[in-house]
Amino acid sequence: MEVKKKKKIVKIIKVNADKCNGCRVCEMICSASHAEPKYSRTNPSRARIRVIRDPLTDMFLPVFAGEYTVAECAGRNKYTINGKEYGECAFCRASCPSREEFKEPDSGIPLKCDRCEAEEEPLCVKWCYADALTCEEREGETEEGGKPEEMETGLESMAAKYGMEKVLDAVARMSNKG
Amino acid sequence: MRYAETGFNLEIDLSRGNIEQVATDPKETELYLGGLGTNAKVFWDRVPPEVDAFSPDNILIFSAGLLCGTPATGANRTIVTTISPLTKLMGFSIMGSYWAPELKYAGYDKVIIRGKSPDLVYLWIHNDKVEIRDASHLKGKGAIETQILIKQELNEPKAQVAAIGLAGENRVYFASIEHDAASAARGGLGAVMGDKKLKAIAVRGTKDIYIARPAEFMELLKEVWEYMKFRLANPIPETPPINERLGIPQEMSVHDEKFHANYGSWGNSRKIRLDFWTPEVEKEWKETLESMRTRLISCYNCPLHCKATISPPGLPPYMMKCYSKMTYAMAAYSTLDFNLKIAQRAFEYGVDSISTPQVIAFALELLEFGVLTDSDFPGMPTDSEGRFYYLLDKIVQREGIGDVLADGSYLAARKIGKGAEMFEHNTIKGQEQVNAKALTLDPLYFLMFATGEKVQITQIQGQFPQQPFRSRKVREEFVKDWFQVPDEKFKQYFVDWQRHREGPNNNPYYPTAKMSCELVDWMERMHYVDDSLGMCGGLSSWNQKPPYHLHNFPKFISAATGIDMDTDNLVQITRRIRTLIRAINVRRGLRRKDDKPPQDNWLNRMPELEDELLDEYYKLKGWNKDSIPTKESLHELGLDYVSQDLIARGILTDSEDPSPKGTSVEGVKNYSRGT
Repeated sequence: MEVKKKKKIVKIIKVNADKCNGCRVCEMICSASHAEPKYSRTNPSRARIRVIRDPLTDMFLPVFAGEYTVAECAGRNKYTINGKEYGECAFCRASCPSREEFKEPDSGIPLKCDRCEAEEEPLCVKWCYADALTCEEREGETEEGGKPEEMETGLESMAAKYGMEKVLDAVARMSNKG
Repeated sequence: MRYAETGFNLEIDLSRGNIEQVATDPKETELYLGGLGTNAKVFWDRVPPEVDAFSPDNILIFSAGLLCGTPATGANRTIVTTISPLTKLMGFSIMGSYWAPELKYAGYDKVIIRGKSPDLVYLWIHNDKVEIRDASHLKGKGAIETQILIKQELNEPKAQVAAIGLAGENRVYFASIEHDAASAARGGLGAVMGDKKLKAIAVRGTKDIYIARPAEFMELLKEVWEYMKFRLANPIPETPPINERLGIPQEMSVHDEKFHANYGSWGNSRKIRLDFWTPEVEKEWKETLESMRTRLISCYNCPLHCKATISPPGLPPYMMKCYSKMTYAMAAYSTLDFNLKIAQRAFEYGVDSISTPQVIAFALELLEFGVLTDSDFPGMPTDSEGRFYYLLDKIVQREGIGDVLADGSYLAARKIGKGAEMFEHNTIKGQEQVNAKALTLDPLYFLMFATGEKVQITQIQGQFPQQPFRSRKVREEFVKDWFQVPDEKFKQYFVDWQRHREGPNNNPYYPTAKMSCELVDWMERMHYVDDSLGMCGGLSSWNQKPPYHLHNFPKFISAATGIDMDTDNLVQITRRIRTLIRAINVRRGLRRKDDKPPQDNWLNRMPELEDELLDEYYKLKGWNKDSIPTKESLHELGLDYVSQDLIARGILTDSEDPSPKGTSVEGVKNYSRGT
């Protein structure tokens, strides 16, 4: 079977928290640039990046909005790094029912960082004068439909669990429907 | 639809526990912008001259500037306005960090507080939800500690808190208001907050701030960023390293403190130590700062990092900026190590870093010369550093001699008597000044010290270099790309300004009185623009060749608010605000006789020239010879309501003749800072 390969650009934002001075220009420009019309309103609560900032414990941590999740995690994590204790969920990027982070403050609609698709580079990176945020682009290849060997691994485990016959029946039924 | 501003003020009556959200008149924005400008209007309307600092009728305003919360880089200033217990005038002190933008995002331009609470409270503003909450458990807590505790109990790490420490609670006349790495410290406004039994204001906001013409606004901002980068790479020549680039003085990152250490005055602002700064001292101070400084930090929406977190060994961490790095060391003839340690206690207490060390040094001088005696200082250590800690505690706790000193050196000297007045020599209008002394009168600095309504030199100077550069060639080079000047003639003023050995064009007679007035007027104007827009002086009024100036500010205001604005209009607005503030203080009794520099600021004074300078300056401002705004100039500024009031009070006469000097007016107290 021939697998189609598709090229795509992966934008990698590198966060160097040691360089962050906590100015929150990133929050400002993110919220303003995602406004409609563009830049017409500013509101850091709508930003898809937030800086966890607690100067007295020397905590300066930019975090980007990730996926929306319908349910919160089971339990919580707390990290201590170099003697600094980060709060529960500090590193988590999810827009999640357990917190107000990464949601539109009025409607509650989840927010997700889009790496500023329409821009040359993510605007938070462009405006970060301290170089706490930098961006690298990598050309990646994705295979359409995923890798065949991964599919086979999946089928093998299904067969082990339900028996090969049931798996074949299910595949047959699904292909008839198709 | 309101742009840049929210269009709402929060009105709090602490006596009655009443909270109201009040829509504001957009016309006031056109006339007074916001921040300091609209604060002054509220003040004129509501605070008659009979009201003193600790009257329940005194109002305390926390205002965001007009551009705070918009994308304008550096627009993050909170302008606090109330009657100063120290000067008895309208005091306005400004702080950076994050409070003002948060207030705008919560939906308000100002919080206006009147009355007095019976018990210690704090205010919690969370968008439309506003509460007056019990603060009895925070009594006596430090100003930094209080901010932490409030965020914890509200479970709102993103709340921004402005708080007073024990000094404010005890109404120390030079108590500050502390917020994050910022302090509204001059004028003792924290004492008014304490008098109102308001421990803190916490705010959290998640609403939008709109701008009228976004594309235009962002183009302007792009230019500001490009120029900011250019200026950071191109320092001003012949300027102390702490001031050669942008931002407030870079004392958290630059180690070279020769300018302050060698040319400032030590102790009770007495001794110049021209040889103090040596490579050994620089090495020691550099090591001290680097061992205690954890990180350079910024204010909201500004990429510069003028402030720092400081972690002295064995003490809780705190935040510092600017000249607070030096003032305790210099007053105590001590070291940076001492300064960074005692400042931790001082910031927790919430006291001003200029007044406090000078009041302490003043008291120790009184002891040295026998005006006060050992019995006034029971149990005081013998070393200079120990004495500073001792007196800091006594002042803040208002114990013994500390209770007298807590009113500031001007009032304390008069209470102590026995010649103590002779030792109180570095105040203007009752407020301690920066510790600087020089030989021959400088006309620019004379005017700025004498007439600045904030009674603080750094809040009026900035645009024009402090001294002529070394040669005509260097000066000519400097003016080549000096596009910030409001008029081309200022370039010539600078080019012709000479060093003493170079020619006759230097102080006290150059710049001439006329030139000096124009230059001071420009320098001061920039501060009034900043304080009304909420802009940091570090990107505008404080620095030469700043990215924001009189030519692009009107465009920013237009694009942000939708109001038609040009430079002439902006100049007229700042004249209006400036004149209104003078009128407020004139109504409180301020006159020409009070417009004086610290008495021994210069060894060589020039009484005739000083008179000429004041005459010229008042004329330029549209004030009469006694510094009272004339009916004509008030009319021209659309301030007829002010002249009507001044005429009704007998301060102005209906004719064009100015009232004679020193007239005592029935019904209005003569301006007096008390005895």
